[in-house]
Amino acid sequence: MLMGMTDLLYARAQMGLSLAFHIVFAAAGVALPVLMVLSDWKHRRTGDPDYRKLSEKLAKGTAILFAVGAVSGTVLSFELGLLWPEFMGRYGEVIGLPFSLEGVAFFTEAIFLGIYLYGRERVSPGLHLFSGVMVAVSGAASAFFVTLVNTFMNNPSGFTATASGPTDVQPLVAMFSPGWQYQTAHVLLSCYQASAFAMAGIHAFILLKHPGAAFHKKALSVALPLACLTALLQPLVGDLSAKHVAREQPVKLAAMEGHFETQVGAPLRLGGGIDVPKGLSILAFGDPNAEVKGLNDFPRDTWPPVAKVHVAFQVMVGTGSLMALLALVTLWRRWRGRAWPHGRGLMRAWLVAGPLGLVALEAGWLVTEWGRQPWIVRGVMRTGEAVTPVPHLAAPFFTFTAVYLFLGVTVLFVLWRQVASTLPGAPPGAPSVDGKGSAHAH
Amino acid sequence: MPTEVVLGLAVAGTFVLYALLGGADFGGGVWDLLAMGPRKAEQRALISRAIGPVWEVNHVWLIVGLVLLFSGFPRAFAALSVALHVPLTLLVLGIVFRGTAFTFRAYDTRGDAVERRWGVLFSVASVVAPLLLGMCVGAVASDTIRMQGHAVVSGFFASWTSPFALAVGVLTLGLFAFLAAVYLTHEAHTPELAEDFRRRALVTGGLLFPLAFGVLLLSREGAPRVWTGLSQTSVALALHGGTAVAAVAAFALLWTRRFRAARVAAATQAGLIVLGWAVSQAPYLVYPALTLRSAAASPTVQKLLLVALAVGAVLVVPSLVLLFRVFRPQPPGAPPSPT
Repeated sequence: MLMGMTDLLYARAQMGLSLAFHIVFAAAGVALPVLMVLSDWKHRRTGDPDYRKLSEKLAKGTAILFAVGAVSGTVLSFELGLLWPEFMGRYGEVIGLPFSLEGVAFFTEAIFLGIYLYGRERVSPGLHLFSGVMVAVSGAASAFFVTLVNTFMNNPSGFTATASGPTDVQPLVAMFSPGWQYQTAHVLLSCYQASAFAMAGIHAFILLKHPGAAFHKKALSVALPLACLTALLQPLVGDLSAKHVAREQPVKLAAMEGHFETQVGAPLRLGGGIDVPKGLSILAFGDPNAEVKGLNDFPRDTWPPVAKVHVAFQVMVGTGSLMALLALVTLWRRWRGRAWPHGRGLMRAWLVAGPLGLVALEAGWLVTEWGRQPWIVRGVMRTGEAVTPVPHLAAPFFTFTAVYLFLGVTVLFVLWRQVASTLPGAPPGAPSVDGKGSAHAH
Repeated sequence: MPTEVVLGLAVAGTFVLYALLGGADFGGGVWDLLAMGPRKAEQRALISRAIGPVWEVNHVWLIVGLVLLFSGFPRAFAALSVALHVPLTLLVLGIVFRGTAFTFRAYDTRGDAVERRWGVLFSVASVVAPLLLGMCVGAVASDTIRMQGHAVVSGFFASWTSPFALAVGVLTLGLFAFLAAVYLTHEAHTPELAEDFRRRALVTGGLLFPLAFGVLLLSREGAPRVWTGLSQTSVALALHGGTAVAAVAAFALLWTRRFRAARVAAATQAGLIVLGWAVSQAPYLVYPALTLRSAAASPTVQKLLLVALAVGAVLVVPSLVLLFRVFRPQPPGAPPSPT
């Protein structure tokens, strides 16, 4: 057992681990159905069986990732109470509405995924495609609703805080706390971007090994448009989001930028001694002479862990910039060549960029969570007040760490076997979902 | 009817549906573990086919119940999460291994040995999870969770490890296994397979009688309010009587091989047992500290939650009907029919 770690830290570590794990599967659950439906639709339009095969492969990937996402999401909904009972006891009613609507979206997602995966032989092609669309829409809706809860924690509204908890609760106001439009757009884009980059990276890897593989060129032509579009939109949405943080959560912004002294016309520090004059004032407020509050203007006990927030933010912005650059180059080549490019140099770049979407997603999530500390509900409830009185929290923390390591490795292995079965020269008889199943219970 | 009572009924309703649908999926795992005889492989294949398209959907009832509980009765959710931290954590681990192992078994195709290993994990988790779920229910029903203000003062183990709570755990496991066996008689493609599960249903159904009787006897000491509630109030007595009638009917219908009707009777029996618990519990969520009224969210929240429930039902109910129609059991030998 690590010495000196308190139960609060173990609780935070367990919640953080569970979220970091779940977020990958949640993002895939949002985005893979879109890619799966796109391939399905391309198959219906062109009659090319490769697109059907691609959509079936993506459906299997969705099935595996959604199952892990569903159970790790269940872990989280229990952990809200198991780790933060005081938070739920006081604010459960304030944030119950978006959670309930997320439940509805989870329901329709699971229902139509069941029909899409197991019903190909049982329903008409139109209903089948419609089910795929419903899975994609439900996935986006559920990410939207759950992000609203996070917006509330960052920027709580819709209640009056008293010593014994919230009164005058207005759930609809709380559900759309200030900044909700930026945060939900930022999160949804990151889901599509991370998944599309990961998919492009996998197929770039195979094309480097087997340059002639037609199937993988087609797969790339499905992933690249979404990857490029999201990579270019994300910096714009991220900028709006940062401007909102600058107005509403100045401490978080100061930590993100490692900005200690309040300054008019603050420069942007890019690291390595390079400063962009007035850069931070422009980025944060759209005004070169705007005043940017520094950390020293805030009481020390309301500072987030500055170094962590700063590094996570740099990682997010850095990877995001690299991805936007790659998208520009790829689109340029696409425009010049009138087809999605797959030259070796570019494929190497996409292979390297493959994991960057997930890296940026995790880093961005760390920025918002670490950046809100020491609060669980900013300004009204400290994380330490919310934690469970149950002792020995090291035990569940290490248990879940081991379980998630095991599951993560297994998922990678099983997914890789799915991909490997599409390699040129791979033996047929790939794993298949039984399409003639039947279900019990009415 | 006061809104908090409607909301309480909605929570109870999600528990009933979770028991009938999600519970039967756990029961399927139990029969996977206990698969035997000449048709061992066919039994497992049938269970896998039956659960595959629906287990995630059925699982959502638990999430909905949980969300309604913490949104509608936040103080009760907080207290139960503290008092039952240990068994709930173990339950969640069971849920994780059941779901992932079932999925990996279908997609990790490195041969029979690997498939079997995932199968063992899936089925063992399917046994452990209902036991723990039942023990949590037993802990709540036994009124042994004590509070001072908002703090739980009755410890982290005593409430769910009492003989009564353990007995409720075993009863829950038996009930889920019984439901699965009855449903599977109707799902089976061949008469032989239907017979396999008919025998299993009759044996577990028979075991449920002494099990339920044992729980009732233990409740005199272990859960006195359940004992008086079940044996005294008229609503509880009616529910009790209904359960007994449904149980006998399920037995008779299984005996005479009317599987379709047996399914309805078994589901009625299980549903009434869960409702019976809810009624004997009312109006307390955690006795004596928290009632439906004292733990309820503010009236605005309650009303909006009911609206969200109604909106959700408009979307979810037709979708569920479609799902169950697409995957309804088909007569032996019939070709799959497009819907």
